[in-house]
Amino acid sequence: MLTHVRAAIVSLVLFTVVTGVAYPAIVTVIAQLVFPHQANGSLIVKDGKPVGSTLIGQPFDDPKYFWGRPSATSPFAYNAGASGASNLSPTNADLIKAVQGRVEALRTADPGNAAPVPVDLVTASGSGLDPHISPAAALYQVRRVARARKLDEAVVQRLVAQHTEGRLLGLLGEPRVNVLGLNLALDSR
Amino acid sequence: MTANGVLQLVVYLVVLLVLAKPLGAYMARVYEGRRVGLDRALGWLERLIYRVSGISPKAEMGWKTYALTMLIFNLAGLLAVYALQRLQGVLPLNPAGLGAVSPDSSFNTAVSFATNTNWQGYGGESTMSYFTQMLALTVQNFVSAATGMAVAVALIRGFVRRSADTIGNFWVDLTRTTLYILLPLSFVFALVLVSQGVVQTFGPYAKVAVVQPTEYDEPVTDKDGKPVLDEKGQAKTKKSTLTEQAIAVGPAASQIAIKQLGTNGGGFFNANSAHPFENSTPLTNFLELLAILLIPAALCYTFGAMVGDTRQGWAILAAMTVIFVGLLVVCVVAEQNGHVFVKQGVDHTVSALQAGGNMEGKEVRFGIASSALWATATTSASNGSVNAMHDSFTPIGGLVPMWLIQLGEVVYGGVGSGLYGMLMFAIIAVFVAGLMVGRTPEYLGKKIESYEMKMSSLVILITPALVLIGTSIGVVTAAGKAGIANSGIHGFSEILYAFSSASNNNGSAFAGLSANTPFYNTALGLCMLFGRYWLAVPVLAIAGALARKKIVLVGAGTLPTHTPLFVGLLVGVVLLVGALTFVPALALGPIVEHLTLIAAK
Repeated sequence: MLTHVRAAIVSLVLFTVVTGVAYPAIVTVIAQLVFPHQANGSLIVKDGKPVGSTLIGQPFDDPKYFWGRPSATSPFAYNAGASGASNLSPTNADLIKAVQGRVEALRTADPGNAAPVPVDLVTASGSGLDPHISPAAALYQVRRVARARKLDEAVVQRLVAQHTEGRLLGLLGEPRVNVLGLNLALDSR
Repeated sequence: MTANGVLQLVVYLVVLLVLAKPLGAYMARVYEGRRVGLDRALGWLERLIYRVSGISPKAEMGWKTYALTMLIFNLAGLLAVYALQRLQGVLPLNPAGLGAVSPDSSFNTAVSFATNTNWQGYGGESTMSYFTQMLALTVQNFVSAATGMAVAVALIRGFVRRSADTIGNFWVDLTRTTLYILLPLSFVFALVLVSQGVVQTFGPYAKVAVVQPTEYDEPVTDKDGKPVLDEKGQAKTKKSTLTEQAIAVGPAASQIAIKQLGTNGGGFFNANSAHPFENSTPLTNFLELLAILLIPAALCYTFGAMVGDTRQGWAILAAMTVIFVGLLVVCVVAEQNGHVFVKQGVDHTVSALQAGGNMEGKEVRFGIASSALWATATTSASNGSVNAMHDSFTPIGGLVPMWLIQLGEVVYGGVGSGLYGMLMFAIIAVFVAGLMVGRTPEYLGKKIESYEMKMSSLVILITPALVLIGTSIGVVTAAGKAGIANSGIHGFSEILYAFSSASNNNGSAFAGLSANTPFYNTALGLCMLFGRYWLAVPVLAIAGALARKKIVLVGAGTLPTHTPLFVGLLVGVVLLVGALTFVPALALGPIVEHLTLIAAK
């Protein structure tokens, strides 16, 4: 019995050293040497300062910017220190009310646009940090953004097209637009 | 289903089944103690572990010693994880300055990671220091997976050996699994993940200035950090402007690689595999999905190879795949057709420009097909990581993952535990077939007698008992009902899902349920403990009993167990037991909810 207990404790310590210390440490060293940009969060640097990450969304509610997915993180949207979702069921009255409110907010910001709103633009993402919207959701907002910036709609549309990513090999994932990337491109015009 | 959706699913299944054979054959070599090609690189480490721990690798164990050493090792791991969480405030590698985890949450998490469940009542980035994530959680990701695989291999040896008293050596199986299977696969996989944007750093959380400062309501707290309430009992807030985003990072890739490969599923971040730093691109999503089912599928081949008839392994794998594909289609169709907000002026239609369907709780880069595929895979394996929130699925879309868990995690299942669970069902299946024709049932040349039947019935009945009793306690006590996020029918589903997930060691959740309370931490912790070890020990008892038996020669009355007939029988038994046990409970939850959704239209 005692030999078993000893074997359990000693082997656990050794497994901890191998899988809990050496393994993550070696992976970190190689990652930092070979993929330093990705390993540190794919940060976007502008004028020497980080302004965001290509993989993490930011909150936007100004009509001159493209808006991202609603985010359920707390206490503020897109809290990258506490990711999370609404976890509301589709039959939940609170969710139905929230969706209604989001549709109204979009329509208020873009009077005269009565088209149905693409679903991803009014439903919260799983992470609360989704950096993307669907191309449909981007195109829905082109008119509003163009007006707010006094730009030609075609110019904005072209920017959206430039920031649209297709499926990997035409197969995996879904077509998408990186909201932060698109808005930074708009600002630097 | 869309054409692209079908194609994504087909490609996934083909790649999975193609990889099962080479990996399965490799694992058979590992467990038969043969040379595996990594002996030069890691053999010294294997021998070092044996020598320092006082293990004699040649010594064989009977089933009782095997079970005892397994339990002692798991208990040691559990205590270590508990202690590390309680002490993390004073331990190093804690750049975010996180304090000690509460006693009940620490107990729950320690049980959760030791039992390969990885249920998480806490939010990773706001609770666990890097030190705890690595030295407590990552380590258990490896050794709890290795424990499950060791038990499965011991059971296989029970079939292989004849008139033998022993079923292997737990320490050797544990060590060889970790060093020759899990570690090399994780190492390569982690680096691939980093290349795609999964973070791997010991640096502090990154701070960035946001492009558009936005206003939000900040909760007012007193000097102890407790929220201040107004006259109506609501939390007081003040207007605040967000100018800076603190982005949580950490050594995530190394943990995520093993979390998927070892069917663990515990996220580095709260949002789990929906978080862009855990699952950044469609490619990482595809590879992580493969990693979830890779070892459980390959172990079927290992089983066939070790019993000397690979057709037996393919038959088991075929039965699993039949159930998987059937339920997968239901889930994808339900989510794609989840047109719930049409009245509110929302466009749910699928097109070249959007995935459409039910997008609440899903990520745009994954859309419907990849999210539903993940939900099905993660719950058929006892993985439990999520790339979309099951709580926000349509009622039928959410029923699929819940029922897959309730089937006992035998459709692929956890690494090791899925195979031994499915072999219990195979024993039941040959018994049922034996009853029909009035012959003593046999499986792989071993007579199945009353002892084996008692033990396998125990394995199959314990988890439904835990699920149903636990759920009933949850719905009648105030402490249980307090955690519900979606009141009414869906609240019942949340509790049912929680007890299903814990008892079957899955770890996913209808995450609206606030489960980080003393009641749920304790109740679910106990379910995880019983659901793991009350199954593993009877399985080892069967292994011991089978090993002692002689082999019976195949006769005219023997039921061949590699034919489509047997696959059909096995599928039938799994579905029948699962349906008979859980349809009443499911009818009260997701099925009623589905009907209310139709009525509302």
